[in-house]
Amino acid sequence: MLKRRHVLSSRDFSREEIDSVLKTAESLEPYARGRRAGWLEGKILALLFFEPSTRTRMSFETAMKRMGGSTINLGSSEASSISKGETLADTVRVMGSYADAIVIRHPKEGSARLAAEFSPVPVLNGGDGAGHHPTQTLLDLYTIKKESHLDDLSIALVGDLKYGRTVHSLAYALALYGAEITLVSPPSLRLPDQIISDLSRSGAKLVETSDLSEVVGDVDVLYVTRIQRERFPDLVEYSKVARSYRITPEFLERARSGLKIMHPLPRVDEISPAVDDTPHAVYFRQSFYGVPVRMALLKMLLEAGQE
Amino acid sequence: MAEKELKVRPIRNGTVIDHIPGGQALNVLKILGISRTTGAGATVSVLMNVDSPKLGKKDIVKVEDRELLSEEVDKIALIAPGATINIVRDFEVAEKYVVDLPDLIVGVVRCQNPNCISNSSEPIRPQMQVREKRPVQLRCMYCDLPLTERIADFLI
Ligand SMILES: [Zn+2]
Repeated sequence: MLKRRHVLSSRDFSREEIDSVLKTAESLEPYARGRRAGWLEGKILALLFFEPSTRTRMSFETAMKRMGGSTINLGSSEASSISKGETLADTVRVMGSYADAIVIRHPKEGSARLAAEFSPVPVLNGGDGAGHHPTQTLLDLYTIKKESHLDDLSIALVGDLKYGRTVHSLAYALALYGAEITLVSPPSLRLPDQIISDLSRSGAKLVETSDLSEVVGDVDVLYVTRIQRERFPDLVEYSKVARSYRITPEFLERARSGLKIMHPLPRVDEISPAVDDTPHAVYFRQSFYGVPVRMALLKMLLEAGQE
Repeated sequence: MAEKELKVRPIRNGTVIDHIPGGQALNVLKILGISRTTGAGATVSVLMNVDSPKLGKKDIVKVEDRELLSEEVDKIALIAPGATINIVRDFEVAEKYVVDLPDLIVGVVRCQNPNCISNSSEPIRPQMQVREKRPVQLRCMYCDLPLTERIADFLI
């Protein structure tokens, strides 16, 4: 059971709620792979994407259609003209009168929460600026549960831990499971102190380092994120850092045999393509898991509304 | 005491806000929206930089013929956490209490995040959750960003 009408931030979720979403997602996996289902027949999901996001948009669309529902879509040029001429509040009120639920992605932080205030139907946050992206966090957790284990987990979060909202939300959620989290980043891209103190307070065991080779033998999961060139003052410094965080088959020789490598995608060159065929690579399955997880959320929200 | 009373005459009826940290009186008026809510007729007097054993220098605001409600004044605890409210009836202090910050502040402080949806032209008022009262720690209800310092700079 979901206790909420909207999905805005993964930090709103209790561990019990997360567990129930993951359990539902698991039961829906065969349908995500193509088994026929009609639970959401006649239901319409509005996709309000004010900035591009292929993966999130298409997996929501897939999730809805796999359950017999359909989608209406804001084209990118329509989105830009709307965002110039009309308030988001008005757009959401109107779209909410056409559809049974709304997914929104918007460049401003807090936009999904605003949408929820004005929408007559459930709102799912598909990413609000540098803010939250709860369905990404839930699919990350689902991936860890399926491919590794959430209990007694030892995980390294690697790369840009300062600006990456994906790792911030994931770290908060992992703290609910008492995970042992190793933070691996260049010193200039450390996880913000505020988050570190929040996490320690909520029960996560934290270790910080800038040396990836130091931890690769000790963890169950490597969660790799992209380090952006813009974050560095000069190219030399960037190249040096980027090289030291690049995952290659040679680098993985010292890893545990069961090590799983995750990445929110798209990747640039953080993970060498030669790693793709190793049993460590789960990042493409991770993308697929976005479908059953989003199906679970849509089913739980839309069926709750029917009672 | 007698000397202070000479500076501003006592009021017959109304509200006296005392123990405002020196220099914050105008911000207190701003938070209260005094000019808007009391109309042109209300007499408001402001004393600034009065010697105070507790605060060094303090400000005092007197609003005549209007008893401010606790919901109206509590939000001045944002910048004047120890301010005391005296409700005066017929020259006597009829009620006296210290302001207490509410859990939610609506429409008084804006978010410091320029990319927050609450700073765009949407039909909403900024909402701040109060996480700590002393020192004041706020959090934007829209984007979650904390606001702890220079709160007076973000008064609407
Ligand atoms: Zn904000």
